[in-house]
Amino acid sequence: MAQQTAPADICDGKPDSAVVRDALGVGIAVGLSGFAFGVTSAGSGLTLLQTCALSLLVFTGASQFALVGALAAGGNPFTAAAGAFFLGVRNAFYGLRLSQLLALPRAVRPFAAHWVIDESAAVALAQPTRRAVRIGFTVTGLSLYVLWNLTTLLGAVGAEALGDTDAWGLDAAGPAVFLALLAPMLKTVTERAVAGLAVVLGLGLLPVLPAGVPVLVAALAAPAVLWAEGRRRAPAGGTPAADDVQGENR
Amino acid sequence: MTIWIAIAVTAVGCYAAKLLGLLVPAGALERPLVRRMAALVPVALLAALTAQQTFADGTALELDAKAAGLAVAAVALLLRAPFLLVVGVAVVVTAAVRAITG
Repeated sequence: MAQQTAPADICDGKPDSAVVRDALGVGIAVGLSGFAFGVTSAGSGLTLLQTCALSLLVFTGASQFALVGALAAGGNPFTAAAGAFFLGVRNAFYGLRLSQLLALPRAVRPFAAHWVIDESAAVALAQPTRRAVRIGFTVTGLSLYVLWNLTTLLGAVGAEALGDTDAWGLDAAGPAVFLALLAPMLKTVTERAVAGLAVVLGLGLLPVLPAGVPVLVAALAAPAVLWAEGRRRAPAGGTPAADDVQGENR
Repeated sequence: MTIWIAIAVTAVGCYAAKLLGLLVPAGALERPLVRRMAALVPVALLAALTAQQTFADGTALELDAKAAGLAVAAVALLLRAPFLLVVGVAVVVTAAVRAITG
């Protein structure tokens, strides 16, 4: 599948330094929040080794916070992992978009895959040329991976020194991270309806279902709202979207 | 031991999801319904997790200082504060409210 038609990869691109600056900005800002993860994880009762293993091997923040939160609440390991996994599934869709833009050799993909996360995708997808996409992805991925793991370690060590992490308000870090990730997603009525229904399900079922399960049930808010929306729109019919892109040809 | 099982399952599952996206031929996951679901499931999960970790202790609902911390974080988000600041104010306000009330 040679793609020799890709136009204008060279000229009016962004300077490499500007791409690196964007990438480092995101990598450093978000990388520092690994501290909050380290503290939260240690506060949830995970050992230093377990906490660091999560950041090294899972490396997708929301899933990590979800997992330690579910374990702290007494969920069984499989329901806890299921919640974390479903949060991580969105990375598959970033990978799909990125694989076309990065055009990596097959042998490199298993290594690049570990860095396919919200932030690296956001930076890379915003770049104008293949070169810039590759630089953006690599610099964001590398800086974030290094910092996230360092700050996780510091946070976990620091938490042990701090003692009662709740007294420092550090148990608010996890939900605040979720809220900060969620906020930019709430663009339309659909997303707000899904979020609202998920909150009701998540809190309403908490006292009656085993730990970790209510979150999974709350995920059903997504198909439920889509279904309701489909029913509401069905009578209107609609024309097929002819402008749906087939490729990146111009 | 159960914690290590959870870590292993999560690590394998999350890595598989990342790799799948890079390996699958373009177009296979591009159906509109699949894309809509992929965008909306994280919304549902994040909303439920935010609510639970703010208003619950184990399996019991409770209202404590975290609610104040998260309320201030929400205001910070509306004011377009950067990520770290949002998390920072949530922690500081929660600690302050706890110190005053407890």
